[in-house]
Parts: sequence; C-alpha cells; structure tokens
Amino acid sequence: MSDSTVQAAPQGSRWSPEQASHYASRGIAGAAAIFVLVWVLLWAPKTTYGSAVSDPTDFFRTFLDSITFAGLLFVVASGFTLIFGLMRVVNMAQGSFFLLGGFIAYRLQQDFAHGGGFGLTSDQVNLWQWVLPAVIAAGCVGIAGLGIQQAFLRWNQGQDLRQALITIAISIILADQMLAHFNAGNAQSISWPGTLDRFVSLGFGGIQYSLARLFMLAVAVVVGVLLWLWLQKTRTGMVIRAGVDDRQMVSGLGVNIQLTFALAFFVGAALAGFGGVMGGSFAGLQVDVGGQWLLNCLVVVIIGGMGSLAGAAVGAILYAFVFNFSAIYLPTTSNNCCTEYSVVFTFALLALVLAFRPQGLLGRAG
Amino acid sequence: MSARAVTPSRVVGTAALVIAVLGPFIFSSYTAHTLLTQVFWLGIAAASLTFLSAYGGMVSLCQISLFGIAGFVVGNTVTTGEVKGLHLGWNPWLGVLLGLVVATAIGLLLGALSSRSFGIYFLMLTVVFAVLANYFFGQVTILSGFSGISGIQIHTPGVIGNPNLHPNRLYYIALVTAVIVYVLIRYIGRTPFGIALQGIRDDPVRMSSLGYNISAHRTVAFGFAAFIAAIAGVLFVWWNDHIDPATINLDAVINLLIVCVIGGLYKLEGAWVGALAFVLINNYLHDTNVPFVGGSFYTVIGVVFLAIVLLSPGGLLGIWDRVVLRFQSAPVAAAGPTDEAPSTSHQGTT
Repeated sequence: MSDSTVQAAPQGSRWSPEQASHYASRGIAGAAAIFVLVWVLLWAPKTTYGSAVSDPTDFFRTFLDSITFAGLLFVVASGFTLIFGLMRVVNMAQGSFFLLGGFIAYRLQQDFAHGGGFGLTSDQVNLWQWVLPAVIAAGCVGIAGLGIQQAFLRWNQGQDLRQALITIAISIILADQMLAHFNAGNAQSISWPGTLDRFVSLGFGGIQYSLARLFMLAVAVVVGVLLWLWLQKTRTGMVIRAGVDDRQMVSGLGVNIQLTFALAFFVGAALAGFGGVMGGSFAGLQVDVGGQWLLNCLVVVIIGGMGSLAGAAVGAILYAFVFNFSAIYLPTTSNNCCTEYSVVFTFALLALVLAFRPQGLLGRAG
Repeated sequence: MSARAVTPSRVVGTAALVIAVLGPFIFSSYTAHTLLTQVFWLGIAAASLTFLSAYGGMVSLCQISLFGIAGFVVGNTVTTGEVKGLHLGWNPWLGVLLGLVVATAIGLLLGALSSRSFGIYFLMLTVVFAVLANYFFGQVTILSGFSGISGIQIHTPGVIGNPNLHPNRLYYIALVTAVIVYVLIRYIGRTPFGIALQGIRDDPVRMSSLGYNISAHRTVAFGFAAFIAAIAGVLFVWWNDHIDPATINLDAVINLLIVCVIGGLYKLEGAWVGALAFVLINNYLHDTNVPFVGGSFYTVIGVVFLAIVLLSPGGLLGIWDRVVLRFQSAPVAAAGPTDEAPSTSHQGTT
C-alpha cells in the first residue's frame, strides 16, 4: 500500500528539489489517506467486519476503541513530551514508571479492598478503592522520578545521550526490581471499580460500550485541559514554555529553572504512573508491558512532534487509529495473511511522517 | 607518532590476538567455543554500533534488529524440513549472501528515513525501528513466529560444517571475520568518506555548507553498519542453531548497548572489550541474587551500566587510557616537561 510508493526523483523537474519533495510529500500522504479512507469506509473485502458502510456498528466500535486507547496513550506520552520539551531528557524509563505506577496501585488496591486475594473482581471494588490507589501510585512514581532526576540527571544537564543512557540503566534496574518485588513476571490486573466496569448504551445503533474505556478518554481530556491551563495560564507554565524555547535565557533572567525542572519531572513521571494504573486496569500488567509502553510513547511523540503537547494528542490519535484499524481492517484471506502484518502499518505511519516532516507533525524544526 | 610505536595498548592488543589465535589449545572447549566464539560475533555486532557512534555520532539502537534480520533470512532460506519459517532449503552460501543483502538494503532504507534526525532523536527513532522489527517477526508466523527457526547448524556451508561437530572451524572463522571487520572499519574511517563522516559528526552545518550531502553520507554509513551487523547475525545463527524474536527484543537491544558502553562507545576496540566483559559477567554472574535489595543479575548489570555511564563515559577503554596516561606521564613529569607525553592522548578524543 503506502509503502510501495516511491518518492519522486527531483532531478530535471521544473521545481527546485525542496518544492518537488514538498509536493510529492503532500501528494503521497494525501493519496495514502484517501486510499485508507475509501478502503475502510466503502470497500474492505474479506476483512473481519467488512467496510464501514456494510457494518457501521463494528466500525463505530473500532472507532471508539481507537479514541479511548488514544486517551491512554496521551496521558503517558504527555508526561514524556513534557519532560523532553523542557529538559531535552529522553526518559527511556517512562515505560518502567508506567509499570511501577500500575504495580503500586495493584498492591494498594489489594490492601484496601478486603475482599482480597488475587481474584479481586470489580463488584468488590468501590470507586475510592480505585481512585485512592491511583492517586497515591501516581504520587509515588512522581517522587521516584523526582529522586532520579535530582540524583542522576540534574548534574548531567545538556548531555542528551548520557542522560538517555542513564534512564536506560534506571529502567533495567527498575524492571528487575519489579520482577523481584512485585511478581512482575506474571500478568496482574488492577480492578476497575464496579461503578465503571459496565457497559452503557450509546443510543447509536444499539451499541453497548465499556464505561471504563470512556472514563479513560474523559480522564485524558481532563489531563489535557489541565496541562494546557497549567502551561498557558499560570506563571509556572509560562516559565516552562519559556524554558522550552531558551533555557539559558530563562535562568539568566533570575528564574529558578531547577525548581521548574524538578516540578516538570515530577508531573511527567506521575502522569506515567497514573497511565500505568489505567493501563493496568484496562489491559493488565506484566514486565514486558513496560517496553511496549516505551515504544508507544516514542511513536506518539515522534509522530506528533517532540515537546509539543498538542503534538502528543495528535500523535496519540493517529497512532491509536492506525494500530486498531490495521488489526481489524486488513484482509483475513488465509492463516498467514494479512492481519498479522498490522505492525507494518505503524512503521509505515512513522516512515511517512518522518520522510516528510522529520521534526514531527507539530514539532518545530531544529 | 609513528605508526609502529610500541604503546601499551598495542602490546595488550597483540597479546590478546595471540591468545585468541591459540584459544582452542589453551582453553577448555566450553571457554573457547561457547564463550570466546560468542565474544567474536557479539563484538562484531557491537562494532557496527560503535562504528556509527564513533565515526558518525549516531547511536543506533536497531543494530541488533539488522543482525536479526540477516539471521532470519539465513534461517528461512537454508533450512529444510523445519516446521517454522519458509524452509526453502537453498544453498547455504546463497542464504548468507541474501542475508547480507537484505539486511544491508533494510539498513539503507532505515538509514534514509532517519538520516535527517540527529543525536537523541536518532536514538529514539532507532529504538522504535528495533521494537517494530521484534513485533514483526513475532507476529508474522510465515517467517518466524514466537518460537523462531531452529536447525540452522546442519545447513552451514561445507567449509564450516556443523559447528556442533567442528566447533574449531566456526571459532577461527569468527575470529578471522572479527579481525577483518576491525581492519575494514579502521580503513573506512581513513577513506575520504570516513573523514567526511567524522566531519559530519562534529559539525554537520559546516560540512553541509562545504557541499557535502549530509543525509547521503549518514545513510551510506548506516547501510555499511547494517552490513557489519548482518555478518554478526550470520555467525550468530551458525553458532546458536536457532533464532527467534526474543533474540532481537528490547532486552537484546539494551544488551548490545550495554556491551558498547561498557567497552567504550567512542573506540572501535571497545566493541570486543565490552563483548568479553559482558559474556564473562553474563556467564559467571547470571545466577546471582542481589543481597538486601533483592533482584537478579540484571540489577547488577544495570548498576554496572549506570556506574560506567556516570563515572567513565569512555567505558573500560576510557579507564585504560587514563591509567596508561597516568603511568606514562608520571616519570615524564618527574624528568621535566617533554613533548612525548601527549602523544598517546590522541585516541581519547570523543
């Protein structure tokens, strides 16, 4: 499909190479988007559900799956992009923070809900027995992140690669410690509270949809709005935005940028931890999930543009849609074709964005 | 600074090479064939990353994926009668050739995609490539699936034979290949291409205004590194008999990075030094349990990794250089200032 197209060679054209590649990029991206739309909406032969026109209910359900998954992606990736935008720290431990948050909340929930044991079901859990562990876990992860930033990253400022390597080392240690102390090798699942763990009717084609997933989306919207208000309307946010543009100038103006860095790292890590609680309730926790979420964060911010909050939202939505739709709207003609190639589409999305906008869709050049 | 000057590094290097050549006669079969052969191919894989890092300033984390792609291509093309993979049963040499070509081609493609990203962006991008490659081979059962491909050792070229029965042959082939790769990379570093690459590493803007095509140089360098990684991948499947997606998962990505960082990311020799250290630690400490805090071998290696990144970014070779410099400059300083002391420090630049 989209990866079979080749960028037009600029030689000998009437346009300059930049213009040619500009038009070629718009053309290819547009053609790919139109083809995908036509495929999913009208055509889609031999797929699980058929095209959207022939089966609107499942199309709509996939749509909701994608947008709610995008919400979870956004929560975790916004923390990543906040840290990156301000400090130029690629936090490779974000996936481990995600897991850590999930496991702490899991433990707390087991302690709070005395129904007890491993088989904790949602009707044994009330709303507070989910919210309280989630908030505490997010706080703990935030504090852990803050400690790591102060102990290891602060005195290596400006050394991008070294900081990335440090966070990789941290993630190795954290993953192994979680294996030792949280039994992370086995899949564990946080329980949604009973009030959320049910299906609601959406009044559209008789669709029943999981309230918990809609809750995830709502949380993401709230997190997004709060982050936006924080960054746009408060003094701290102003300092952060200024710091993204020019760290040295901001500290030269007498602002305590170190305090801002610490705060941003706390919030970024806490968001990962909170994302881990939601992710652990939604899909379970296991030590490999950390790596998966590191990948998710990276893809989202690379697509959206690193350091941009709106970019994280756009990246999360695009990635979630490609991820979910490619798994469902690929033909299932035989055992070996074609849904298992869905991962290729994540790569194709990434390749398309990178080939034409290396800085990401909403990222700034350089 | 004559080319033949006897420096401590050269003495140690030569001694290491002599010991390696005599390896199978000195060491037990386990040490030679299991550990040292592993050091040779792991070092080659690490050298592909160290080459990119040291000469191009590109820390790529998808070298293990290119390594794995070559391995998977060999596994798919040469095996026959296996359950998994395409088991085409082609000529082993053809399989090797295809493995190298496919991995290099994919390397050029990935290189072209990432050539406009620098530093930390490049690192993130290559991590993504690596994880996607892992998922690809995990999902696509026609090529591998989670259980992977086995039975590769009985389909090696005739010269090598079954490494299980003739481990010495693979030992020497891996050793000779490692030496060739080392010399080749050193040579490439001195060609006009290599010099330009180092210029791009240090100042891409200036090189660009001098008329060099930055993206093309970085892409070709990436393709070359993919070729090196592919060589290691071929040796790996001959040595290991089996390849599956776990060979190239995120842990493997990080392990290769650890090898390079422990050895020293900025010097080519560091690849094999790091490989030796990693294989030894992996072999002798693998069953440890960390006292007090709990955790296993990976906590140990994580702490070692963290310590090296924090204390000696040049890795073990950085420590070695500092020790050598101290021992050399001490008597010189006592005898009065001369011009000789700095002559060894030219290698330590990053």
